[in-house]
Amino acid sequence: MGVEQKLGNMGVVTTTLESVVNWSRTNAMWPMLFGLACCAIEMMSAQAAHYDMSRFGMELMRASPRQSDLMIVAGRVSKKMGPVLRRLYDQMPEPKWVIAMGDCASCGGVFNNYAIYQGVDEVVPVDVFVAGCPPRPEALIHGVLTIYEKVKGEKFSDLAKG
Amino acid sequence: MDKKLEPIVKEVQVKFGATFEEFRDEVHLFVKPEQIVEALTLLRDEQNFELLSALTAVDYYPQSTPRFHVIYQLTSIAKNLSVQLRVPVNGDSPKVPTVTRVFGSANWRERELFDMFGIEVEGHPDPRRILMPDDSEGHPLRKDYPLGYEEPQFTFNFDEINLRKPYAKE
Amino acid sequence: MTQIEEVSLDQYKHLVSERALTGETMLLNMGPQHPSTHGVLRLLLELDGEIVVNCIPDIGFLHTGVEKNMEAKTYQKAEVMTDRLDYMNTMGNNLSYVMAVEKLIDVDVPARAQALRVILVELQRIASHLVWLGTSGLDLAAMSMFLYCFREREQILDIFELVSGQRMMTTYIRPGGVWRDVPVEFEKAVRDFIKVFPKRIDEYETLLTKNPLFIDRMVDIGYLSKETALSYGVTGPTLRASGVNWDLRKARPYMGYEQYDFNVPVLTEGDTYARYLVRIQELRESLKIVEQALNKLPLGPVRSENRKFVPPPRSEIGVSMESLIHHFKLWTEGFPAPKASIYSAVESPRGELAVFLEGDGGPKPLRVHMRTPSFDNLGVVPEIVKGYLVADLVAILASVDIVLGDIDR
Repeated sequence: MGVEQKLGNMGVVTTTLESVVNWSRTNAMWPMLFGLACCAIEMMSAQAAHYDMSRFGMELMRASPRQSDLMIVAGRVSKKMGPVLRRLYDQMPEPKWVIAMGDCASCGGVFNNYAIYQGVDEVVPVDVFVAGCPPRPEALIHGVLTIYEKVKGEKFSDLAKG
Repeated sequence: MDKKLEPIVKEVQVKFGATFEEFRDEVHLFVKPEQIVEALTLLRDEQNFELLSALTAVDYYPQSTPRFHVIYQLTSIAKNLSVQLRVPVNGDSPKVPTVTRVFGSANWRERELFDMFGIEVEGHPDPRRILMPDDSEGHPLRKDYPLGYEEPQFTFNFDEINLRKPYAKE
Repeated sequence: MTQIEEVSLDQYKHLVSERALTGETMLLNMGPQHPSTHGVLRLLLELDGEIVVNCIPDIGFLHTGVEKNMEAKTYQKAEVMTDRLDYMNTMGNNLSYVMAVEKLIDVDVPARAQALRVILVELQRIASHLVWLGTSGLDLAAMSMFLYCFREREQILDIFELVSGQRMMTTYIRPGGVWRDVPVEFEKAVRDFIKVFPKRIDEYETLLTKNPLFIDRMVDIGYLSKETALSYGVTGPTLRASGVNWDLRKARPYMGYEQYDFNVPVLTEGDTYARYLVRIQELRESLKIVEQALNKLPLGPVRSENRKFVPPPRSEIGVSMESLIHHFKLWTEGFPAPKASIYSAVESPRGELAVFLEGDGGPKPLRVHMRTPSFDNLGVVPEIVKGYLVADLVAILASVDIVLGDIDR
């Protein structure tokens, strides 16, 4: 009550620096295009008009890793693609997050053999796993909102430690 | 067998001494590795089999002669026929002459044959691996190459497998 | 894993022209992660300014080892892996594998199951062509095509979800018939789609077909002659746009296609514009087939009665002892297949999709090889790209409609 009413009429808002920084990070998080296989089609469906991801801030999909801060690994990662994935992850600037979309990126999925990494967390550290083969666009959006909650709970002291 | 296919099969039998088998209306002709280029040229030019639909191999592992059968599937668009040629190859140093001069699609298909089975193709213009990484060893579709699967983690062996799993460092 | 490999020109010396060795032309890597290659494809381009002199594709970034993995599973359980190969045409992949298994073990399919299979496969063909149209438009910077096409596709995916519970990887078509009968809302949903769709195709045509920018970018680009196409094993709409009338649905009819009345569009120009026109016309023809099949849908069982190979429906298991025993044996052990090999082909939206299946008398296949159309279709791209600009390369690659899951298996 009191403080906001008085200060709000003068155009002043009180908050903490952490919440402002986290709020701005979530409201315009740009994913990097990393669609590999079938899950990429569901990612494209989530970006299209029916299940719109732009309402959550992901208006563009940047193809360049230097201009993005979220990598959605959508699809199966083969042994030949692993070094490429790691290199692109290293090229992204901090702060960065990774969503492993689909069963093949989370745990190897249906393919338990010599050619596929059993879970993309053998290559890059993952923040959120989204299950499904392929996950529905609504499940992907739920995964994105989970990342937002994780980002909103981040504190500067954790980031300073490394 | 289709009526139009009978004279063609007879011609190949007479010219190359090939045997044939039939199963559910399909014809499989067995030829020797040295004769395959001539046989395909004959079928493409004189009998109008313009399309090489598939080029692959089968591995019969425990038996060593022959260990592989290389399969060439031909389709004729003009006559609406298809025929399959099988070339038995031994296991110790498998070699097959290239058919890239006859059909252009054999270029990549023979690279895949070498990559997956280790069957060397003599005279190929570009003998490199195609699907596996360039520095990998072994040929995956042979029967003595392991599947390479991950053991399922149950509650009783969860921790010991967890220690062995390769997680990424930051 | 984070080392940077030093690659030299040695491994590509026999593929590039001599001008690359002196440095007159530039070697550019259009890498595995790129917004315009449809999937993970790496192209090594030798460029003279903007003109492409040589193009060397590097594939294998999505190699999944499906063929070896299917040898370790029984025939029914291996079908799950076929969905994920050409992920735009999941019903078609299921159909080709299931037709091969049915030919090997000699099981008949009832008429209602055949008609249902035809309806779903043609709807899948429409969905695949819509994704092709949307992503091609996106590559050529016509972004509203993407949104329009995906709106139609959502309707088709709703129909698939109604029938099988899953939007894309359905595994609805199984050896001996289909999984279960369609619910009552199926007919209404398909009829709604048939009513709405022809006007939408007209919308796409007004946007693109006579558009002078589109025509400038597509006409006389990427000419593919008939002889080159046949020599490189190209099939499907890419071949039909070069003048060869070869469609497996008309030449070797399967699943009752001979009862339906449809045309196969064939053009002779062989450039990207012809390939675009062939696929737009195929959208209309597929809709005709769906309507005819829905009108003629016969009543009857949806699964074969041969209990040695086809498991019984769940409702029978509670009442009959033989059904319980058949169900148990088929799902734990599998059925024994004869010791022979067959080759069975269907027409997918990209070309001839065939399965070479060899059994060895046991419940697991000895060898499964999927002959996928995109492998050969990509093999012809280095030939037709020479002499054009890099922007034309993007248009040509979009028109040859490749799917990387098909190529790398």
